[in-house]
Amino acid sequence: MRWGEIIRRLVLIPPTLVGVAVIVFVLLRVVPGDPIAMMIPPGASPADIDRLRAFYGLDQPILQQFITWFGQALRGDFGRSISVHQSVFELVLARLPATLELAALATLIAVVLGTIAAMIGIQLRGRRAEWVVDGGVGVFLAIPDFLWALILLLLFGVLIPLLPISGRIDPQIDVNFHSNFYLVESILTGRFDIANALLHHMLLPALALALPFAALVARILKTSLAEAEDQDYAQIARARGFSRPAILLREVFPNALIPTVALGGVQITLLLGGTVLVERIFSYEGIGNMAIDAVINRDFPLIQGLILTFAVLFIALNLGVDLVVTLLDPRLRHG
Amino acid sequence: MVDLALDSALGPPSRWIAGLKRGGPRLWVGAALVGVLVLAALLAPLIALHDPLEQDLMSAQLPPAWVVGGDLAYWLGTDSLGRCVLSRLIYSARTAVAVALIAASLAAAIGIAFGLIAGSFGGWVDQATSRLIDVWMAFPPVLLSIVLAAVIGAGLTSVIAAIVVVDWTRFARVVRAETMVQLQRDYAAAARVIGLSRSGILRLEILPNLIPLVVTLLAVEMGIAILVEVILSFVGISVAGDTPTWGGMIAEGRQIVYQAPWIMALPIGCIISSVIGFNLLGDGLRLVLDPVQRR
Amino acid sequence: MTAALSVQGLQVAIGTGASSANVLRGVSLDLQRGEVRGLVGESGAGKSMLGRAVLGLLPANAVIAAGTIQFEGRDLVAMPEPERRSLLGRRIALIPQDPMTSLNPVKRVGAQIAILLRHHLALSKRGALERAAELLAEVAIREPRRVLELYPHEISGGMRQRVLIAMAFACDPSLVIADEPTTALDVTVQRQVLQLVERLRQRHGAAVLFITHDLGVVAKICRTMTVLHAGRVLEEGETAEVLAKPRHPYTRALLAATPRADRPAEALRPVPPALIENLWSEAHRLDRLVVAGPA
Repeated sequence: MRWGEIIRRLVLIPPTLVGVAVIVFVLLRVVPGDPIAMMIPPGASPADIDRLRAFYGLDQPILQQFITWFGQALRGDFGRSISVHQSVFELVLARLPATLELAALATLIAVVLGTIAAMIGIQLRGRRAEWVVDGGVGVFLAIPDFLWALILLLLFGVLIPLLPISGRIDPQIDVNFHSNFYLVESILTGRFDIANALLHHMLLPALALALPFAALVARILKTSLAEAEDQDYAQIARARGFSRPAILLREVFPNALIPTVALGGVQITLLLGGTVLVERIFSYEGIGNMAIDAVINRDFPLIQGLILTFAVLFIALNLGVDLVVTLLDPRLRHG
Repeated sequence: MVDLALDSALGPPSRWIAGLKRGGPRLWVGAALVGVLVLAALLAPLIALHDPLEQDLMSAQLPPAWVVGGDLAYWLGTDSLGRCVLSRLIYSARTAVAVALIAASLAAAIGIAFGLIAGSFGGWVDQATSRLIDVWMAFPPVLLSIVLAAVIGAGLTSVIAAIVVVDWTRFARVVRAETMVQLQRDYAAAARVIGLSRSGILRLEILPNLIPLVVTLLAVEMGIAILVEVILSFVGISVAGDTPTWGGMIAEGRQIVYQAPWIMALPIGCIISSVIGFNLLGDGLRLVLDPVQRR
Repeated sequence: MTAALSVQGLQVAIGTGASSANVLRGVSLDLQRGEVRGLVGESGAGKSMLGRAVLGLLPANAVIAAGTIQFEGRDLVAMPEPERRSLLGRRIALIPQDPMTSLNPVKRVGAQIAILLRHHLALSKRGALERAAELLAEVAIREPRRVLELYPHEISGGMRQRVLIAMAFACDPSLVIADEPTTALDVTVQRQVLQLVERLRQRHGAAVLFITHDLGVVAKICRTMTVLHAGRVLEEGETAEVLAKPRHPYTRALLAATPRADRPAEALRPVPPALIENLWSEAHRLDRLVVAGPA
């Protein structure tokens, strides 16, 4: 029965995306601010301005514009960027892998750090030191990713210059890959020198994205572990002669994982959203960074394409998390 | 057993004092941090040593007074245009506080309204509102605020609008869930039996019980509002002109981070203490107002 | 012959200092090899606490203030932790109360039994599963191999209780603490479970401490019984004698309050509150005596 709900969610995706598209479309055009005005050189004639406006279809009624855009979108054509003069689709596709790699690395770091913190916290349960762990997690949670980015940049980029603070890779390294998944390809093809350089550049932004999420994972996981440890089956395990660490790891952890993934997984979208600023701060060439430029330049087609991309990623992530939860909890599988 | 709805919020002063004690250190630390922020914002013209816009190009990029090369006239140093960092920090607090108060309150008002309506009417109204919230939450919040602010143009209004438009869903979801839970409680059924109208029930029974929840969310939301404003001013699309903002200072500082790291570091410190202050205040208020919660 | 279980003057208190309360006040109880003793009392009498004390599972804020617990002549309280853990689950076993929450919901039934067998009996993976299937057959579960692969939520409450009983007897224990194993089951299933426990007890020669508040259950399966109230032993002896000729007024009141199928028209007489009050005053008086110390 659970699978039925997943089908239902899949079916709801297209309408949701259309809704997102409509809202963005309308917002961009209804609210004051003229992209054409930003693009024209001084001294252009009114005729030129009109031609430019017509070229981008901005002289048509909004509904007409949307229909045109929607029709083209269905065919995979998301228009041309006003500021960069390339196909939106190609632009996004070119930069998307960089952001995906960054987000994946950040998630990995966050999960590892968060789990370790939670396990330490649960071992200290009931003792004074537990307060230290809880407090630490609280502080890490309160500071958002972009602030972490700035702090890390200051600490490890400037004050103690350990790592680079801009770009995806050193400019002098020649990268000749098929796809733009530089990190994945460099590892797969054994080019570890390039992978090393990439990781140097990715570490600080990934850490910035990871720390608040790690704190969240730590808090949720620790709470879930504590709740699960109080359940009957865990108490009875003690009556059967198993040690506390063994019980925590073998009986309690698989149970605690379920609400953790359910509650925490939803927040991965926040991590992804954080790439917008973190990439900007580290001048990392991903779609987040591109989004800011697109907005400042009022590049409507690019903005629309990017927001849609983010929306698709968000929805896919949410669906993925729900799938994982279903896999983890046998009670959900049998309805 | 029938829950009594009216035993929350107001009561004799002795109850208040006992309640305040429940807040614990979080309440006091949070209140202190927020208090410093608000005072700085209110008293800015009185306590800032210099005009935040006044440039002194002869004294550009001076480090804080206690560092070698610093000048006692500029306690926290100067930026590239010779403007006093401390004064700019203090004046930026004004923007932060203004945005926090107005934006958070508006977001709360709109969100609560939607939440109450969805939660109490149920049926298709609830379905429609929930779908709307879902779609809204599919947006990357940061990007959405940036888009809005950029499109509306510079100014306090656009910043506030950006925050409100993105974050009202936070209140709506929580209020909707809580309303539905409260309506199922015994006292609401009892009220219906007495013949209270729907709005009467909302006003007399539900709202008082929502107060603890809303107050906490409001405090947290103010912290978030400050963060969003920082983001927008960092990107360059916040309040107009020369008005100093923490985000703007960070953006400037980022350019010269190797030469003058304090210009970026000091605003970060202010932001962190303000946000942590609001979070702690929210936590503390929750403990005070809702004694059932014990964590 | 060493008793399977020997409890002498056990005093257990919960909480510390001014707010401490005694839950067991000098309880003494013996269980010979193969003996089935019922431990009866109302809720809060301390029955479960006694079981927990034997298993070393007292809550964190509970202390053993005085007395000894000996298993086959060995002091359980003073025993080092690893030694006690090697006994628990193997020589001393537990049949828990609530079958719905006593099994790990995310592990298959077979895996849970196998873990126990491998830990205490060092069986191989395959050997453990084989043995698990045999154990399930022993508790009259049909298609044991199929059930091994199922998750707890896929089998009924009665079957889950049988699995728990199988796990209790899995390592051939000499002492089994049955903590109200029939309370959560309906009457028809109760009978089957009781028969099962009796059969397994005979086969393995284990002593059983049967904790329950149901006198009917005690009458069916326990050869001896102990009556507990407010943490004190009020009466004990052979079940047949105690039930036929109760000596303590409390026991008599309990019997009078028990509905009887052979005398359905008889009005139920609740245990007189005055009697309960007296018993509690007596208990508290004894507490003060203990604290004051011997004269």
